[in-house]
Amino acid sequence: MARYDFYGFRRENGRVGIRNHVIILPLDDLSNAACEAVANNIKGTLALPHPYGRLQFGEDLELHFRTLIGTGSNPNVGACVVIGIEPGWTNRVLEGIAKTGKPVAGFSIEGNGDIGTIAAASRKAQEFVQWASEKQREFCKIQELFVSTKCGESDTTSGLASCPTVGNLIDKLDPLGATTCFGETSELTGAEMVCASRAASKEVADEFMRAFNAYQEIIERHKTSDLSESQPTKGNIAGGLTTIEEKAFGNLQKIGRKTKFIGVLEPAAAPAKGAGLYFMDTSSAAAECVTLQAAAGFVVHLFPTGQGNVIGNPIEPVIKLTANPKTARTMSEHIDLDVSGILRREMTLDQAGDRLIDIMIRTCNGRLTCAEALGHREFVLTKLYQSA
Amino acid sequence: MATQFIVHDKADTVGVVVVEDVRPGQELTGWIMQTDETISLKALDAVPLGHKIALRDIKSGETILKYGHDVGRAVADIGEGRHVHTNNLKTKRW
Repeated sequence: MARYDFYGFRRENGRVGIRNHVIILPLDDLSNAACEAVANNIKGTLALPHPYGRLQFGEDLELHFRTLIGTGSNPNVGACVVIGIEPGWTNRVLEGIAKTGKPVAGFSIEGNGDIGTIAAASRKAQEFVQWASEKQREFCKIQELFVSTKCGESDTTSGLASCPTVGNLIDKLDPLGATTCFGETSELTGAEMVCASRAASKEVADEFMRAFNAYQEIIERHKTSDLSESQPTKGNIAGGLTTIEEKAFGNLQKIGRKTKFIGVLEPAAAPAKGAGLYFMDTSSAAAECVTLQAAAGFVVHLFPTGQGNVIGNPIEPVIKLTANPKTARTMSEHIDLDVSGILRREMTLDQAGDRLIDIMIRTCNGRLTCAEALGHREFVLTKLYQSA
Repeated sequence: MATQFIVHDKADTVGVVVVEDVRPGQELTGWIMQTDETISLKALDAVPLGHKIALRDIKSGETILKYGHDVGRAVADIGEGRHVHTNNLKTKRW
C-alpha cells in the first residue's frame, strides 16, 4: 500500500499539512491593505484579503470567526499573522488559532496607523517565514490526510465520469481511514432522499435532512424564478445539464457507491467523529464551498469540472479533473487529470480512480496543482445575512 | 467500437452525446453503463457534446429518467432521437 503514503508537514497539534504557508490574515475589510503590504514586504508570505468582518452579528458573526480561525488553524499553514482594525476581535481570532500551538501574532491598526502596523507585522512575518522555511516534510500515512471534494461548472460528463472518478477514490480511501468531506446542500435537490439513504445512521440522515430543508427554505423565500441560470448555472446549461435534479444526481456520484457519511458539519466546522466521510452544509458556489472546507481543516481538494471552472484556494491545493474532451483540450493549463478516456471506453472507472489517487499523493508530496501554478487563490467567506 | 452516446441506467429515457459532431440523420452507437449493453439510435437533431438525446418518444408531462431517477418533466412532446434540453424539459422543484 506504499502508494498511499506521503511526505507532509506535521504540526504542533499532530495534524498533517501538505503545504507550509505563512499567511497574513485580515480580520476585516479595513485591514486588507495592511495585510497586502506585509505580504509584499516579506517574500514567501501570503495575504488573504476578503470583504467582510464589520458589524456582523449572531450566527453570521460566529461563522466569520469560525472561518478565519479555521483558516489560520489549517495544517497547510505553518504560521500566521492576524491584522484587524481594533484589538478585541483581532485577539479573538489570534487566540483561536493559538490553540493549535503554531506561531501566531496579532496587530491592530487603531492608534498605530497603517504604516506603524505594517512595520511591526512585517518584522514578525519575516521571523515566521524564516522559521517556517526550515520545516521538513515527514513520512505520513493516509489516515492522517483530510480530503475534500466539490465540483463546478459541471456538465453531463461530470456525472458520467469525473464525479464517479472521485467517488471511486472515496470508496478506496474510506476503508483505509482517511477523513473526507462533500457539501453543496442546494445541489442535492432532487437527489436528497438518495443522499439521505447514504447516511451511516438514522440520526445522521435526519440531521442531513434538517440542513437540506433549511436551505430549501432560504431558496423558496428569495427565489423569483426556477433558478435556471443560477442553479443550474448558465455554464451548466451550455454543457447540457437542464434541471437541478439532473445536476444533483451527477454531483452525488462524488461520494462513490459504498461509502456512508458519518456526520453532518456546520459550515467551516471541523470533523469531530474521527475518520470517515462527512457532509458539510455549504453553498454550491465553488470558492465559498472550498473556503469553508479548508477552514474545517481539509488539506487537499478534488474538483471535477465539465465546462472548465478555474477555481483555486490560497491554502488548500485544488486538483482539477475533467471528462469533457473539449475542456481537456481547450483549457489544458487548468486540468490536472483528464479522464475523458472513460467516455471513449479506453479507461475504466477503477483505472481513473487510481490515477486520481496518484496525482493526489504527488500533490501531497509537493507537486503544484494547475490552480497553484496559475495563482488562483479564491478566498470567499460565506455571509449568512446583512450586517447590522 | 466507437460510442457516440452513453446511457447511465437501463430505465433511462435519455442518453448523453459524448462526441462533438452529431448531425441530424446520423446513426449512433450507445453504451448503457449499468448493463454494459450496446444500443443504436438515429439522431434527428444536431446534438452538441454533453447534451441529451431522447431514447424513445416522450409525451408532454411525462417524467424523464436519467441515472434511473426522476430528473424533471417533459413540457413538450419529444420524438425519439431529438435533442432534450431547456426547451422541452423543466425541473419539478423550485
